[in-house]
Amino acid sequence: MATSNLVEVQDVTFSYDERRVLKDINLVVPRGKVVAIMGLSGCGKTTLLRLIGGALFPDRGEVRVAGRVVNKLRDAELFALRRRMGMLFQFGALFTDMSSFENVAFQMREHTNLPESIIRDLALMKLQAVGLRGAADLLPSELSGGMARRVALARSIALDPMLMMYDEPFTGLDPISLGVIGQLIRRLNDSLGATSIVVTHDVAEALELVDYVYYMSAGKVEFQGTPDQVRAAGLSSLRQFVYGEPDGPVPFHYPAPDYRQDLLAQ
Amino acid sequence: MTGRIAELLRALGARIVNNWIWRLGFACRFLWFTLRESGASFRRFHLTIREIYFTGVLSLIIILVSGLFVGMVLGLQGYDTLVRYGSSEALGVLVSLSLVRELGPVVAGLLFASRAGSAITAEIGLMKATEQLSAMEMMAVDPIARVVAPRFWAGVISMPLLAALFSAMGVFGGYLVGVRLIGVDEGSFWSQMQAAVDFREDVLNGVIKSLVFGVAVTWIAVYEGYDAPPTAEGVSGATTRTVVTSSLAILALDFVLTALMFRGH
Repeated sequence: MATSNLVEVQDVTFSYDERRVLKDINLVVPRGKVVAIMGLSGCGKTTLLRLIGGALFPDRGEVRVAGRVVNKLRDAELFALRRRMGMLFQFGALFTDMSSFENVAFQMREHTNLPESIIRDLALMKLQAVGLRGAADLLPSELSGGMARRVALARSIALDPMLMMYDEPFTGLDPISLGVIGQLIRRLNDSLGATSIVVTHDVAEALELVDYVYYMSAGKVEFQGTPDQVRAAGLSSLRQFVYGEPDGPVPFHYPAPDYRQDLLAQ
Repeated sequence: MTGRIAELLRALGARIVNNWIWRLGFACRFLWFTLRESGASFRRFHLTIREIYFTGVLSLIIILVSGLFVGMVLGLQGYDTLVRYGSSEALGVLVSLSLVRELGPVVAGLLFASRAGSAITAEIGLMKATEQLSAMEMMAVDPIARVVAPRFWAGVISMPLLAALFSAMGVFGGYLVGVRLIGVDEGSFWSQMQAAVDFREDVLNGVIKSLVFGVAVTWIAVYEGYDAPPTAEGVSGATTRTVVTSSLAILALDFVLTALMFRGH
């Protein structure tokens, strides 16, 4: 594989106990790009993100980040690699006992010996980048959902990561916050010279934002292409997903016995 | 019939192995990880100090008030019994020995389990449920070193201090009731106490007990929190288990320690 790829997932299979979640997944994320992994809830997107971050290990196959096989690293090496990754969790996962400022400064305090004055400046710069320098002293409980997500974003870019991972960054946000987060993902990626992976099922927002899309269904990559190729794709399950059709290859009804027989059974 | 009995025994065995032995094994491994990752709790002692405030300082009110009342009750009950034998001046001995040997460590331990132990479990459990621990791991910070170990050591350090304060407050309560209220001779109250209470035999053994209870309660609390299923019921169940398990552990350990320390001499 070409070395211009920051992330390479090769023939990865993963199961939770007996349930197979990912089946022979192959995908690459080129440096500098924003790549979306889309698919229905429960199709294995978040699991894939955790495999890339080394929080889970595949049953088979290899996950490479910056040329290193994540699933073969020792703990110390994995932690060293993670210092160069940032992850935005679905609901932010801010530390609730710390202010916004302390949240952003957390990694700087843990991993560097920078003097307090420099940590202060850096943390304020990160908060300024997401428009929340004025909320530096607020606790997470005092922030709205969208603001909390932005503080979490500032925290995840605290050490200028080479790889940013976003787990459902748009879930539960109002349209304005959603647009803001979308813009920030793109802008931060380009200004930091990072590479981003966005796991989402928010089609409209993602297609506007990303360079390339992997569409997953039932643990497999069913389609890949640019946003334009996705819009034009003839694949029926992808069409249903992109245009939000209630019925199609993914049925509206959960499997059940025959309706008539069920009603007449009494 | 034999088949049914065998099946029942098998089910019982599986339950014991799955619910107790496995969990005990995991808890022991967890304790080992906690001890191994404890360096930062001492190198960056402010992390531990902060937790000592939450587990120790905030438990002070309940410990001091309970100690005072337990001491006052001991004063009343002790006087009532001793006066029948004409030895009411030994009240100081009775109150202080009961407190430093038994009631101080045990009651302070039980209060500590319900006040601080439950709080530790709930906090760690909720941090897990809201992905704060996962976020920490993704930031290359080990949650055992950063979250668990400082809380563990804070509990271990706080518990003997709280038990000592409980006993001191209890002795004061016994003095208030015995000397001030009932009128036991003040000189004999204190001098007999001073003569009868041995530092090594009584006070130090009490301190050792409270230290052991501190380790047990905080170990159970951090483990239950870390192991809690990341749901509302999961965290509430874990909090309840912390209080129940650590209370039983305190009582059982107290018996074992008493048997080892005070063998009738």
